[in-house]
Amino acid sequence: MTQSETPPSPDGTRRRDLLATGTVALGCAGACALAVPFLDSLKNPVATSLSDSNLDVDLSALTPGQAMTVQWRDWPVFIQRRTPQMLAALQAPDHLASLRDADSTILQQPKDATNWHRSVRPDYGVLIGICTHLGCVPSFEKPGSTPQAQGGYFCPCHGSHFDAAGRVVRRAPAPYNLPVPPVTFLSDTKLRIGHSAGDPGFSMSDIQQI
Amino acid sequence: MTSPLKTPDTDPRGWLERRFPVMSFVRREYVAFPMPINLNALWSFGAFLIVTMAVMVASGLFLAINYTPDITQAFASVEAIDRQIPSGWFIRSLHMGGVTMLFGCLYIHIGRSLWYGSYKAPRELLWLTGLGLMLMLMVTAFAGYVLPWGQMSYWGATVILNAVHAIPLIGQPMSELLLGGDTLGNVALHRLFVLHFTMAFAILATIALHVAALHVVKSNNPSGIDPVSPTQTLPFHPYYTSRDGFALCLFLMVYAGLVFFLPDLLTLADNYVQANPLVTPRDIRPEWYFAPFYAILRAVPSRLGGLFLAAGSLAVLFVLPWLDRSTIRSATRRPMVRLSLPLAFASFILLGIAGMHAPSPAWLLVSRLAIGWWFIHFLLVMPLASEREMSS
Repeated sequence: MTQSETPPSPDGTRRRDLLATGTVALGCAGACALAVPFLDSLKNPVATSLSDSNLDVDLSALTPGQAMTVQWRDWPVFIQRRTPQMLAALQAPDHLASLRDADSTILQQPKDATNWHRSVRPDYGVLIGICTHLGCVPSFEKPGSTPQAQGGYFCPCHGSHFDAAGRVVRRAPAPYNLPVPPVTFLSDTKLRIGHSAGDPGFSMSDIQQI
Repeated sequence: MTSPLKTPDTDPRGWLERRFPVMSFVRREYVAFPMPINLNALWSFGAFLIVTMAVMVASGLFLAINYTPDITQAFASVEAIDRQIPSGWFIRSLHMGGVTMLFGCLYIHIGRSLWYGSYKAPRELLWLTGLGLMLMLMVTAFAGYVLPWGQMSYWGATVILNAVHAIPLIGQPMSELLLGGDTLGNVALHRLFVLHFTMAFAILATIALHVAALHVVKSNNPSGIDPVSPTQTLPFHPYYTSRDGFALCLFLMVYAGLVFFLPDLLTLADNYVQANPLVTPRDIRPEWYFAPFYAILRAVPSRLGGLFLAAGSLAVLFVLPWLDRSTIRSATRRPMVRLSLPLAFASFILLGIAGMHAPSPAWLLVSRLAIGWWFIHFLLVMPLASEREMSS
């Protein structure tokens, strides 16, 4: 009892300062070590095997001007068959002037889709339907559904507009074009999503933002 | 040092103290708090219980994140925790081992109170809140044991719910409330999950009551004589913080040993077989902490009688402060209690061992003798000793 009442030395330190500090420090270290497995348990339990999977899609039912949605790696993938009018609209100079990234300079697509129509073949467009603003799924606007519509996508959450090639318009809040997945045409009506014959090294993890 | 109440508002300590006096509360109740000078190691088990309870709540929350309370998925989700969730095996082992540590410490904690007379005036409410905590822990442990939906979970729950059903008057509505249907199924599993989860927090609140009651009447001590002068007490900090801290390190070593080296010591293989309502496992046994009460149920050749004696074995503890009217607290100073109480402790342990064995005639006899002595001690020896005994 007497030792704890030893007065502090002139510089303010006491006999047991080191012991007390060391005990508290070790206690905190132990608590942190115990927290590690608890936080560890919140991690994704199994590495998803879906990441390598390919999806083959039959396009024979798709007529020009129609679009369909399939699910690949838990993402909605928009497939559209374009009309000559849609293709012409994609190249109109005043339309190009209204786009944020008309030439697809930002990496949002494989090399074989880095072109004016952002797809392997001009008559088919394949896009991942997740708005680059805050992740909602945009809806397809058929060509002619409104007087000025040439086919495109409209995001219901914050009003971002994308053209039929998934290029974002300048007045929209979304910063990037819609991502293009790696695809290969196995035949005229058979599409494989998940592998790009024109850009075999492409990985979805390399793109700017999904 | 000036009082923080008189410092200007620019001093954050004074500002806080005038609005919410938490710092003076901690100083009064956990720093300067007077503790008897002569406490022995048995007085550390309350601290063990609080720490283990905190570990149980933390591990329980993380288990609940990955558990699915549905009879088609419960078993698989527990298997996934053990095998797929990163570190899931550790958290589950911590939770399962924690039950053993909780009940082990609780029985020692209660045994200490019996031996040193900590239940006597003015500590009756401390004793009653503590016994209430024991009952709450038993309900929580039972509900938690059903959740993995293994064979032992299922058949343990079946037996207990039928036992509840057999209680006169209140038994039938109570078991229907838990079961929520004709048979033990999805509804019951959901209810037991919510019961388990809710009881954990009810226990935390009751621990707060128990500790608050302790801070009013202060700790008993091995002599059973309350300190009268400041020379017979020590401040809680640093004396008992460092002592409890050291004891806690030893306790955590035992706990860690159980979790890391003997995770299967106290589990039954049958509970790693999914619940099957068509087959009762051959070797059905309760967890060790329920074994004494299980032994009572088996040793009495009457369903209602067994339930009555099992409940009565705990009920006598609740009325003990009024059965034992002696003013002498510590059994070490009471010649009759000094002999009789260790025999009652031995009876409890023997009942536990009997409950873990198949009911041979020898074990049934041991069980019956042990039950007999338990009641003789509390209902005859304690009231008699209060009148006959001379202090030694």
